[in-house]
Amino acid sequence: MNTDKPILVNVQDVWKSFDDNHVLRGISMKVEQGSSDVILGRSGIGKSVLLKSIVGLLTPERGSIEVMGSQMVGAKVSDLNRVRTNIGYVFQYAALYDSLTVRENLEFTLTKHTNLTEAEINDLVMEQLRLVGLANAVDKMPSELSGGMKKRIGLARAIIRRPRLVLYDEPTAGLDPITAREISELIQDLEEQFGITSITVTHDLECARIIANRIYILDDGIFQHQGDFDELKASTDPYTKAFFQVIQ
Amino acid sequence: MATDKSTMKETYLQLMYGRFLRSMEEVYNITMFGLRFFKYVLLPPYEIGQVRKHLDELGAKSIPLLTVVGLIMGLILALQSRPTLDRFGAGGFLPAMIALTIVRELGPVITALIVAGRVSSGIGAELGSMKVTEQIDALEVSAIDPYNYLVVTRVLACCIMLPLLTAYVDFLAIFGGFVAEWIAHNSSFQLYFTEVIQSLRFYDLIPGVGKTIAFGYIIGIIGAYQGFNTTHGTEGVGRAATTAVVLASLNIIFLDMVIIQLTFLFLGTGV
Repeated sequence: MNTDKPILVNVQDVWKSFDDNHVLRGISMKVEQGSSDVILGRSGIGKSVLLKSIVGLLTPERGSIEVMGSQMVGAKVSDLNRVRTNIGYVFQYAALYDSLTVRENLEFTLTKHTNLTEAEINDLVMEQLRLVGLANAVDKMPSELSGGMKKRIGLARAIIRRPRLVLYDEPTAGLDPITAREISELIQDLEEQFGITSITVTHDLECARIIANRIYILDDGIFQHQGDFDELKASTDPYTKAFFQVIQ
Repeated sequence: MATDKSTMKETYLQLMYGRFLRSMEEVYNITMFGLRFFKYVLLPPYEIGQVRKHLDELGAKSIPLLTVVGLIMGLILALQSRPTLDRFGAGGFLPAMIALTIVRELGPVITALIVAGRVSSGIGAELGSMKVTEQIDALEVSAIDPYNYLVVTRVLACCIMLPLLTAYVDFLAIFGGFVAEWIAHNSSFQLYFTEVIQSLRFYDLIPGVGKTIAFGYIIGIIGAYQGFNTTHGTEGVGRAATTAVVLASLNIIFLDMVIIQLTFLFLGTGV
């Protein structure tokens, strides 16, 4: 890891259980500013739990999570919210507010957290929609959108405030291979364009190949291996080899 | 055989004890969830726009149903009571009886039960659906407090709207009583409403209105609690809606009984 860049996310020895199910057993990772890190693993292995712990939606039993220098574990809601204004989160099924139009979904955080005028907000909304190629969907309701369109709108919503960090929870899940590839390329383009740091959890190897600077393989509550895509693909370690072969 | 019976009894007792503990835990959780409202309602940000939206959705859209119920309730009360009162030569007391029954008891409780059926289930289903589709999480990661934005606004709308809806139903039910009297005995509108107004005192109105605010709070909080704690996908959403109605209705009836006792204790029976 190149250590001259500042560390944006520092996860140290994080443990999380649900009753008797020990999902995370001492996870540690450091994400440098500008890096795109991907966590690969089977479904139900705890990838989303880690992501939700990073943003403070879940509280680990043990360990420390620092995001942009602020401790997230045990922080007050006001402190969490201060950090969250610099984080974008793309949910697995987009989580668009279904009683609001696409425009209102994108405007929502801007009207709550900024003093922008109506015209400025409108310009920003249209700019985001053009970036994700959905300017014509501005007045549609989420129920009128396809899965791929929802993901794009979710992505536009996550980056509208130009956050320093974006967390992607299975950005390509449930999409056909062509749309999944388009979404992965869109993520890569936007990250390059705006210098966004990101953590993505996925089980889609193609997505990981396109966007990842560094890949972590999560299994049995810990990161079994890490490295870039080619390193892991060429790995002789039986688990990593099997993992890549099984998913492919 | 005796050992088997003893083991079964022990298991049954353990099961019942476990259920009792879970129920108590649920009561504690609902209480804590409900108490948060009083803290949040005083603190900014004030989501006035959302409250206004819910006043319309939760309140105004209940009006058609409540109009029918209010009119028919008064009509039936008059039709059923007239023969009995006549038998004791007390037919002239009918307007006063209808007014007192409706304003003190039937109006608030029936309105609350109907609104609970329509609104509490609606809140439970809507928030439950938001919960299972991660929309509540999306609010939270956007640095917006979901409790303030989703719960406080709805509960406040219920607390504001229920007294207004109850006053509307009270008026319609008393008017329904007049319609029955007018059809059966060609009663005078002026005489009927003069007797209604003379029979009602400030003392009759206060508990009636006061308890509707508490009913509104129960309807909102129970619906929101069920929605916020929805699990198991769409099946859970349905369960949240049903449980919200059942719990809200039970709590309304229980609270009404407590308020009646307190009213009698502190203000007397009013006779």
